[in-house]
Amino acid sequence: MTQTPRPPAEFFQRDRTWQPRALTPDYKTSVARSPNLPMLSLRGTLSEITGPVFGHNDIDPLDNDLLRNYAKTSDPIGERIIVHGRVLDETARPVPHTLVEIWQANAGGRYRHRKDSYLAPIDPNFGGCGRTITDENGFYTFRTVKPGAYPWRNWVNNWRPAHIHISVFGSGFSQRLITQMYFEGDPLIAKCPIVNSLTDPAAIDQLIAPLDMNAAVPLDCLAYKFDIILRGRRSTFFENRPEGN
Amino acid sequence: MPQPLKYLRESPSQTAGPYVHIGLAPGAAGFDIYRQELGHDMAPASVPGERIRVEGCVIDGMGAIVKDVLIEVWQADAAGIYPHPEDPRHTKAAPGFRGWGRVISDFETGLWAFDTIKPGPVPGPNGQMMAPHISLWIVSRGINIGLSTRLYFSDEAAANATDPVLNLIEQPERRTTLIAQRDTTATAPEPLYRFDIRLQGADETVFLDI
Ligand SMILES: [Fe+3]
Repeated sequence: MTQTPRPPAEFFQRDRTWQPRALTPDYKTSVARSPNLPMLSLRGTLSEITGPVFGHNDIDPLDNDLLRNYAKTSDPIGERIIVHGRVLDETARPVPHTLVEIWQANAGGRYRHRKDSYLAPIDPNFGGCGRTITDENGFYTFRTVKPGAYPWRNWVNNWRPAHIHISVFGSGFSQRLITQMYFEGDPLIAKCPIVNSLTDPAAIDQLIAPLDMNAAVPLDCLAYKFDIILRGRRSTFFENRPEGN
Repeated sequence: MPQPLKYLRESPSQTAGPYVHIGLAPGAAGFDIYRQELGHDMAPASVPGERIRVEGCVIDGMGAIVKDVLIEVWQADAAGIYPHPEDPRHTKAAPGFRGWGRVISDFETGLWAFDTIKPGPVPGPNGQMMAPHISLWIVSRGINIGLSTRLYFSDEAAANATDPVLNLIEQPERRTTLIAQRDTTATAPEPLYRFDIRLQGADETVFLDI
């Protein structure tokens, strides 16, 4: 049988009404940094449906343990937590072997960054970043401390809710995503102009991790569960695709 | 009631914020934590192809240079092959070439640059070839969802003229926003291309909804 060139397996169209708009004036920095003209809608070509491949040579086993990956003299200060979940696509299929990177403030709300000058102190035992690769079923896990809320310059008195920044790749460059995870029950979530760049309450809910007592470790760590959903990949029905999807 | 379509919904994006470097380039944030940071060396010396350098700035709608931007770069090798299983030719991709890089702007000047090899033309829709190009993904504080665009090369005029993506851009003059200009006055041995990205304004870069 001759191999007919199969069309690339594209990703589902991104729902731009669900995602934040570029221009969200209550988040002031977006005003001058938001494109104004319509984007060019492009059906995925080989350049969009492919993307970088990472392996365990790229990272080290301790990279996902923020309690230990920068510890100098002791564990960092703060509420010890596990953050775990799965990376899935919109068809609920796991996204295996994909790179997940996180960064966050320490328990006092201070980032280890040369540009952060918030008065809360740096924790000498906390770097604030971690990374891991999902397993064959899309599972990932991190151990860290719960980040503190911190003030930021937007309105006079804006505070970010406690959050962890999360970066995920997926298998194609058009699945690339950066988001933030919030914590169940935080009253600052509803007040945050960055959270409110999302207009659908269900979209905000999707970024709030519930407390997961079943994953907590008695006398050690609380746990929060956070699944990350990347764009689904189309099935190429009626195309010659012997290896399936 | 019809059967429910039980698709999940893509996680909503949130801005990468001003401290994206902590997670993706901790050295730039000011500390050393990992054995290796990812995406610094796009094309090791063993990878065949013409060595090039690309530099530029990201400019906001007020004409100010954005000094806290992070750009990720994705490209094919010199033969136009992506090192990814979805490319039917991927087993022939240049060994040691990941095709991906991570670039940050200088905190003082806003200038960013990366060294790579020039990609080859890539098969596009309906058997048409796409001109050599590099895919870019731009995040920063104030950008709510990563911006995608493409970089083409000014010395590929013939290929650019028939490129199926450039030709989708309705206003021909806007196509030039995607073309990196080769700097013929540069003295370095490798060709230098300049690619400025304008987030807003009359000469706004064409961004792609991919
Ligand atoms: Fe933050």
